Amino acid sequence: MSGQTFAQKALARAAGLANVEIGQVVDARPDVVLSHDNTAAIRRIWLQFGQKRVVIPERIAITLDHAVPAPTTKHAQNHAEIRQFVQEQGIRNFFEVGRGICHQVLSEEALVLPGQLILGADSHTTHFGWLGAFGAGIGRSEVAALWATGELWLRVPESMKVVLEGELPPGVTAKDFALRLIGDLGADGGLYMSIEFHGSGIEAMSLESRMVLPNMMAEFGAKTAWIAPDAKTTNYLAERLKRKAQSEDRRFGKSFETLAVSELQALLLSMALFPDPDATYAAVHHYHAADLEPYIACPHSVDNVVPLSAVAGTRVQQAFLGTCTNGRLEDLAAAAAVIRGRRVAPGVRFIVIPASSEVLKAALEKGYIQDFVEAGAVIGVPGCGPCMGNHMGIPAPGEATISSANRNFRGRMGTPDSEIYLASPAVVAATAVAGVIVDPREIGG
Amino acid sequence: MRITGRAWKYGDNINTDVIFPGKYTYTVTEREEIARHALEDLDPTFAANVRPGDVIVGGRNFGCGSSREQAATCLVYNGVGAVIAVSFSRIFYRNALNNGLLAIVCPAAVEAIQPGEQVTIDTEQRVIRCTAGEFPFPPLSPSVMGIVEAGGLVEYVKRKLATT
Repeated sequence: MSGQTFAQKALARAAGLANVEIGQVVDARPDVVLSHDNTAAIRRIWLQFGQKRVVIPERIAITLDHAVPAPTTKHAQNHAEIRQFVQEQGIRNFFEVGRGICHQVLSEEALVLPGQLILGADSHTTHFGWLGAFGAGIGRSEVAALWATGELWLRVPESMKVVLEGELPPGVTAKDFALRLIGDLGADGGLYMSIEFHGSGIEAMSLESRMVLPNMMAEFGAKTAWIAPDAKTTNYLAERLKRKAQSEDRRFGKSFETLAVSELQALLLSMALFPDPDATYAAVHHYHAADLEPYIACPHSVDNVVPLSAVAGTRVQQAFLGTCTNGRLEDLAAAAAVIRGRRVAPGVRFIVIPASSEVLKAALEKGYIQDFVEAGAVIGVPGCGPCMGNHMGIPAPGEATISSANRNFRGRMGTPDSEIYLASPAVVAATAVAGVIVDPREIGG
Repeated sequence: MRITGRAWKYGDNINTDVIFPGKYTYTVTEREEIARHALEDLDPTFAANVRPGDVIVGGRNFGCGSSREQAATCLVYNGVGAVIAVSFSRIFYRNALNNGLLAIVCPAAVEAIQPGEQVTIDTEQRVIRCTAGEFPFPPLSPSVMGIVEAGGLVEYVKRKLATT
C-alpha cells in the first residue's frame, strides 16, 4: 500500500475503516456538525423525517452569527425558532448572539480537535484545518440528514501539497499568501481537493495567521485544507480544554482536572493525523516567502489578484475589518498599529467587527478598540457583519469597499452595483486613513 | 428519464451570490419567492422567462462560493431540468443532487451548446443531444445515484430510517 494523505487517514478514521483509496465514497461519522443562523431552515427539513429527537445532540454545535443581533423581525423569528430547537433537543454547544463567528467560536471553545471530522452548513468549514482537523462545508439538507442518522457520504479527495519556505517578510501576511495562491491557480485551482500546507513558512506562522489559510481555501474550490498541528496548536487547545475541564470529561472519558496542560497536549498530539512522506499528490506547488508581496483581489472575483501597488490610489467609500478570515486579535493589532493617532479619511466609513467576544475583550484590554474609536471607526457586534450583505455596512450602488473578508463576488455585500477589494487588515486600515488604496508601509504604518 | 428544454448559457465561476444573493438567505423562505430571485444578479431576465425543463449551461467551477442550498433549490423551484457544466463547485454539486437536480459534467457539450437552443438529456443512455450532435456523459457513483433515484436526500433518508 502506498503512503496515505491526511484526507485518506482522516476519512478512514471517520468511516471506521483501516484505510481508504482516493476516489472511494465512504459513509463518514463527523465528530462535530456545525450550523448557524441557517439552523431554523435545517430544522424544517429535519422535521420531515418524523423524528422526535436528533440522534447526535452531543455532536451538534450551533452559533448565531450571520445576522446578529437580528436586523429584522424575520431574522428575530428565525433566531427564536433556533433557541427553541436547542432547548427541546438539549444541545449544549449553542452560542448566542454576540459570542462570535462560528469558526472562531468553535476554535476558541476547543470543540474540534486534531484528526477529527467537522462538517458544517457553511462553506468556510475548511477553517478547521488550522488545527489539523478535516473540515468541509455541506448543504442544509445534509446537516438535517446528519442530525437524523449521524452519517453522510463523502468521496475521498485528491490532495494538493503547497509548500511555503521561509518566513513572510514584514508587511506580508498569510492573507497575501492565500491571495497569491488563488491568483496563480484560479478560483478553481484546488477544485474538490484537500490542500495540505507544508514548509518552514507555515511552521513559523502564528496560529491566528495559520487560521487564514484553510479558511481561504474555500475560495480555491477546496474540499478541505490541512496544517500540521504542533506544540503551539496543542498548547492553545489544551489550555482551553483545561479551563472548562469538568464539562469536557464526557468527551474523553477521563477527568481533565488531574491532567497537566502538557499531558493534555500529548493526548491531543496522539489524536493528530499526519500524511505519510510517500503519500500521493495530484499536484505540488512551492513558494518562497521572500518572493511574496502584499496582494489585493479586485472586483468581482477572488482570483482577480494583483500586487497591491497596481491599484494603489483607487478611491473607496468604505473599509471593513472583520470576518472569519481576518477578524482576530492579530488582525485588529495590525490595523490598530496603522490607525493609532490618525483619523479615518473624510467620506470613508471604517467598520471594525471583532470575530468573537473573546477577541473584542482582548482588543479592549490592549487598547485597540480605543484606537479605532478615536480614529473615527465604527465598532460592530462580533459576528459576520456585512460580509454577505445582511446588515451593518451595506454599500450604496456605485461605492467601493475594501475588506479583510474572503469574497468579492458581484452583489456579495448587498448590491450588484458596488465593488469589493479584498486585502489584509493593515491594508484595510491604511486605506481607511488615506481614503484610497495604499500600502501601509508607504504611510509609515 | 428525458429532459428537454432551452439552454441558458453562462460563463465560468458562476457563484452562489449571483445565483441566489446572500441577503435573502434568512428572510426569503417560500418556494415561489425563492424561485423569483434565481440568478437575479447574473441574468435579471431569467426568472421571468425560464420554463420547466430548461437547462442551464455553465463553464468551470459552477456554483462556487457559499454553501447556501437555495442556489440549487431556486433552480429546482423554477423547473430547471439540469445544469451542465465543465466543472462544479463541490458543495453546489452535492446540493443539486441532494435536491434531485441533475448536475452533469460534460465539457464537450458545454462547448457545443448554443444559447437558447433546444437541448435534450437522456439519463438512461447518458447522452446530451443538441444541434451540434450527441455528447455522452459519465455515470454517477452507485451510492450517489441511490440518492438521486430516491428523488433527493430527504426522501433517501426517510426510506433509510423506515428500514432500520
